[in-house]
Amino acid sequence: MMPVDPDEVRRRQKSRAMVMAVLLGTFVVLMFAITIAKMSVNQ
Amino acid sequence: MTSLTTPAHATLPADWRDFVALTKPRVMSLVVFTGLCGLLAAPASIHPVLAFAAILCIALGAGAAAALNMWYEADLDALMKRTSNRPLPAGRMDRQSALHFGVALGVFSVLLMGVATNWFAAGVLAASILFYVLIYTVWLKRRTPQNIVIGGAAGAFPPVIGWAAVTGDVTLLPLLLFTLIFLWTPPHFWALSLFVRSDYAAAGVPMLPVVSGARVTRQQIGLYTLPMAATAVAPWPLGLAGPLYGLAAAALSLVFILLSLRVLANRASEPEGMKPEKRLFAFSILYLFAVFGALVLDRWLLA
Repeated sequence: MMPVDPDEVRRRQKSRAMVMAVLLGTFVVLMFAITIAKMSVNQ
Repeated sequence: MTSLTTPAHATLPADWRDFVALTKPRVMSLVVFTGLCGLLAAPASIHPVLAFAAILCIALGAGAAAALNMWYEADLDALMKRTSNRPLPAGRMDRQSALHFGVALGVFSVLLMGVATNWFAAGVLAASILFYVLIYTVWLKRRTPQNIVIGGAAGAFPPVIGWAAVTGDVTLLPLLLFTLIFLWTPPHFWALSLFVRSDYAAAGVPMLPVVSGARVTRQQIGLYTLPMAATAVAPWPLGLAGPLYGLAAAALSLVFILLSLRVLANRASEPEGMKPEKRLFAFSILYLFAVFGALVLDRWLLA
């Protein structure tokens, strides 16, 4: 096994966490928009 | 499945870009376009936000299917030059991450589709993912030279899903659109496989030009083109689309048939002499975009 650079691991983890945060934020906004749209359709 | 050799840097978490690569983003454009056309051609209106969510779900479902395909075929991808740099065969990601990502994305896309539109559309989306992964990738791809025909059926689902997202059902027109893409895929792909020297043979995948030769492949291209053209024009005489669509589909199909006849007449066995094949392949992409675009224009201009 080649030794894995811990700094590189942290950097990867950080960038993946950032992407996940952005995706979750987008998901929240999307669910909100879907809810509003569904309510306006059913009126 | 044969196990892959574990690369030295396997414990390093995969870069997020490699998860994006796992979804074959370039294949997604045609999926999104045909799904959108199915959605726009449906005889009802849908809230723009819900339409966006439906298309997003179709794209994510296609991405999930692609990821699971790459998970299952990592051994095969490693043997071919074109695919050997994908995240799994290149050793940039471990197989389990790809499996978990694919399953999670697939489940998420189906649930979101059900919540945003209706559960019938979600069911068709789930069926399309399972069809691509289980029937095509696992069962038939390595077993029959007609594999691309089966793969075409998987690619033909998006307009049906787009339609179902709006109406909650499937009628004759979305089924005709399904049949059109289904019959279009073999000529489209076989034209490419004739002039691109691929190493499918080395990987043991029975592609038609490898198994049966160029002549049979050219005959099969012609064989699929005729029912494809008939299917493309059919919505017009059946009263499902207007003359704008009918004339556009007829004209485009005629060009497709003429180009496939030139392919049939070609005897070249080296890529340098395969100009007809290259032209047919390039036109086939334009053809699908144009026919579907004409259907939407027909609906929206003549409604």
